[in-house]
Amino acid sequence: MLDVRKDFPILQVPEAGKRLIYLDTAATAQRPNRVIEAICEYYKSDNANPHRGVYELGARATERTDSARHTVAQFVGADDEEIVFTQNTTESVNLVAYTWGMANINAGDDICVYVAEHHSNMVPWQRVAKRTGARVVYMYPDENGVLTEEEMRRKISRRTKIVCCAMVSNVLGIKIDEKALIERAHSVGAKVLLDCAQSIPHFRHDFHAIGCDFAVFSGHKLYGPMGIGVLYGRKALLDAMEPFLSGGDMIGIVTEDGATWAETPRKFEAGTRNVEGEVGLEAAIKYLDSLGWENIEAHERELVNYCLAGMKKLPHIEIYGNAPERYGVISFNVEDVHPHDVASILDADGVCVRAGHHCAEPLMRRLGIGRCSRASFGIYNTKEDVDVFLNSLGKIREFMGYGS
Amino acid sequence: MDLRSLYNQVITEKSRSNEHRHPVDDCTCSLEGVNPSCGDDITLQLRVKDGVIEDVGFMGAGCAISQASTALMIDILKGKTVAEAKELIDVFFGMIKGEIGEDDERLELLEDAAALKGIAHTPARVKCAVLAWHTMEEALDK
Repeated sequence: MLDVRKDFPILQVPEAGKRLIYLDTAATAQRPNRVIEAICEYYKSDNANPHRGVYELGARATERTDSARHTVAQFVGADDEEIVFTQNTTESVNLVAYTWGMANINAGDDICVYVAEHHSNMVPWQRVAKRTGARVVYMYPDENGVLTEEEMRRKISRRTKIVCCAMVSNVLGIKIDEKALIERAHSVGAKVLLDCAQSIPHFRHDFHAIGCDFAVFSGHKLYGPMGIGVLYGRKALLDAMEPFLSGGDMIGIVTEDGATWAETPRKFEAGTRNVEGEVGLEAAIKYLDSLGWENIEAHERELVNYCLAGMKKLPHIEIYGNAPERYGVISFNVEDVHPHDVASILDADGVCVRAGHHCAEPLMRRLGIGRCSRASFGIYNTKEDVDVFLNSLGKIREFMGYGS
Repeated sequence: MDLRSLYNQVITEKSRSNEHRHPVDDCTCSLEGVNPSCGDDITLQLRVKDGVIEDVGFMGAGCAISQASTALMIDILKGKTVAEAKELIDVFFGMIKGEIGEDDERLELLEDAAALKGIAHTPARVKCAVLAWHTMEEALDK
C-alpha cells in the first residue's frame, strides 16, 4: 500500500480534535505539498503575463505554461496542440457543445448521452438540442449499473452525431467499456466525448490509443488546483472549430473589420490564463507519476474492496452498482436515514462524505432513490480511515433511534 | 460538535412522527418548499379562518432535521392567530441565527421547537431547519 498521507498538509491538521478522514476525493482531492509549493514558487520567481512580455521574466512565464501543456499531453497520450486549458470539466464540455455542437448538430439529429452523466455533461447537450432541434437520446445502465453493448447498439444510430459519456460514473464508480462505445459510435459516423473527470485520478489514459474524439477533465480531482481544466480534442477537429470565447491572446490579426484566430489550441484560450493552475496541475501529474500508476491502482483497489467487504457485513446498508471494475467511489444508503443525516453523523467522527444527488439527478431518479451518500477514496486514504468510517457507519441507525 | 445537541431525543422522535403528515380538508393555502441542493421537499397545507390557523398538515420527504422541524412548527402554530404565528416564526429565526441566547425567555414560546437551537452551531444544516418556517411565512403572507 502507498504511504503518502504525510505529503498532504491538510490531513495533518485534526478536524474538531479528531483525525481528518477525508472520503470526498471524488468531489475534490486534497493537494500534496509539491503542488502547493509549485504554485508558490511560480509566483515567487516566474510570474508575468505569458505570450506578451519580451523581457526574460515574460519568457519564463511562457515556458512554464508551455511546459505544463507538454506534461499534460504526455500524461494523456496526446500531442501538445491537442490540449486546451479551460477552467474545469464543465467549461470543457461547454466549449465542445457550443462550438463543435452548434456547427455540426442539426434538427433531426440525435445527441446520445449516458443517463449516469454528471449534469456538466448533460445540461449543455440539452441546451444544444433545444437550440438546434436535435433530440437527446439517453443510454441506461442495467440493474447492476453497467452500460451494456446491447444498450449502446440500441441507442447509437445513424442519426447520432455525438455520444457523450463518462469513463467512470461519479455515483456508481463503474467504468464503461469505452472500446465498445467508440467502435459503435464511429461505425455510424458519430463523434465521442469522454468525460474523464472521475477516471483520470485512478488509472493512466492514452487518448490516442483509446481513439476518442474529445476528452475532458479537471485539475482539482487530480490533486491539482481548482480552476484549471483540460479539453483534449483531435487536432483536425479542433482546427475546424470556431473559437468559444474571444478577445485577447486568441487572435491572429485584428482590424476594424474583424479578426483572424491564433493556431490551435491558443484560439480557444482567450484572455489572461490561469498559469498558476497550469503549473500546479503539472506538479500534480509529476507527483503522481513519481508514485507509480500501478501502485496507485493497487492501493485504491485494495482500499475500495476492503471498504466494500466491510460495508456488506453491516445490516441495513444498500450499495449502488455492482461490477468488478469499480474506481474510487462507493454510493450507499442507510435504511430509514436520510443521507444528509448520515453525513452529519459521520462528520462528528471526523469522516467527510458527500450526500445528495451528486449532480446526477436523472440517474438518481433512475435508481429510484433521489439521494444517497458517497464515500470516495484517494491515494492518501488508509485502511485505518476505512475502519473509522465503518465503525461510525455501523452506529448510525441506533443513534437515530432505530433498533439496530 | 456535540452530535446529541443536534440530534436530541425530541428531534429524532419527531422526525419519525406521522401526526401532522396528512392533507388538510378545505385548505385555504397549499405551498411547496424545496431545498434544491439537498432535496428536502415539503408541501404545507393550511386552513386559515377569521385570522386563526385552524389546521395545518404536511406531505413530503427530507432529512430528520427538516422533518422534525416541520412537525414541531405545526405543533405550536396550530390554533394560533396569524399575527401570533408570525411573531413565533421571528423568534424561531432569531434562535437559529443565534441572536436569541440559550437563556432568553422568548425560547419558551417555541415550546419543543426550542430543541432545534443546536442548529445555530451547525451552519450546514440551517437550511434544513428553516425550510418549513420560511414556507409557512410565505403561506401566511398569501
